[in-house]
Amino acid sequence: MEKLIIAGREFNSRLFLGTGKFNSNEIMEQAILASSTEMVTVAMKRIELNDKNDDMLKHIQHPHIQLLPNTSGVRDAEEAVFAAQMAREAFGTNWLKLEIHPDPRYLLPDSVETLKATERLVKMGFVVLPYCQADPVLCRQLEEAGAATVMPLAAPIGTNKGLQTRDFLRIIIEQAGVPVVVDAGIGAPSHAAEAMEMGASACLVNTAIAVAGDPVEMATAFKEAVVAGRRAYEAGLGTVAHSFEASASSPLTAFLND
Amino acid sequence: MTIYVNNQKHEVADALRVDELAASLQLPPQGVAVAVDNRMVPRAEWERTELKADARVVIIKAACGG
Repeated sequence: MEKLIIAGREFNSRLFLGTGKFNSNEIMEQAILASSTEMVTVAMKRIELNDKNDDMLKHIQHPHIQLLPNTSGVRDAEEAVFAAQMAREAFGTNWLKLEIHPDPRYLLPDSVETLKATERLVKMGFVVLPYCQADPVLCRQLEEAGAATVMPLAAPIGTNKGLQTRDFLRIIIEQAGVPVVVDAGIGAPSHAAEAMEMGASACLVNTAIAVAGDPVEMATAFKEAVVAGRRAYEAGLGTVAHSFEASASSPLTAFLND
Repeated sequence: MTIYVNNQKHEVADALRVDELAASLQLPPQGVAVAVDNRMVPRAEWERTELKADARVVIIKAACGG
């Protein structure tokens, strides 16, 4: 399997994990390790001065893992730039999952502000991975603005609905010059495998693993699905027939009747 | 003087520096970021950054999120 390269850094794993919604930091850490992921998102919150024990960071800091701070909670490009500076200071990395979704009902990303913020953050030296609409024109613009990847959504965050944007993802993948990470909405390993078979460079999964009956086992399932999908893509899938007429895969000589 | 830390009122000594505030709040040596009046203050600048009355200090840390 080819390595994934983002901003000059090599990744063996093509599965990125989010850290929301796990029942405990311990289960989250076990799921992260089971998934073999090398990229893990982290959000920010205001510190609670009375709570010294709530430290999720130590559960995700491993030498093989690139932290990917996100800007969740910001409403526009200006707030995103501020959040990015806070993240770089707190976590010591210039990698950033840029997400600007001001509408709390659907959490859909604001394309105008995302593009504006990408342009500014790239100039400030950030490695910007923008969460974005599955809009092929926007993805080209983000790439031209210097985004390290594009991360179009499969379906709204946390819905587990799979590749609702399938046809647009295909166009994005076909024309992208940067890695395409399918983010949001992936609800089952089969969804991730399909995205990878289509040629996506990676998948970002959170809810589907975190809320599974057994998150650690589900993390393993996603790991295997992403590997299977990628291997199939690299191996080259056969074409799909136009009709239901069969094409024999065994010799049709009637050896029993002769 | 009065300052606000994550929107909570704090009474502190006049001209308190950010590094002194961080020490009094027992902030950990990593994993946090501090902003004063909407400007991020790098750790290296904490000891030369004096707070003014009514300063709005925001301190953030890691949280779970996707």
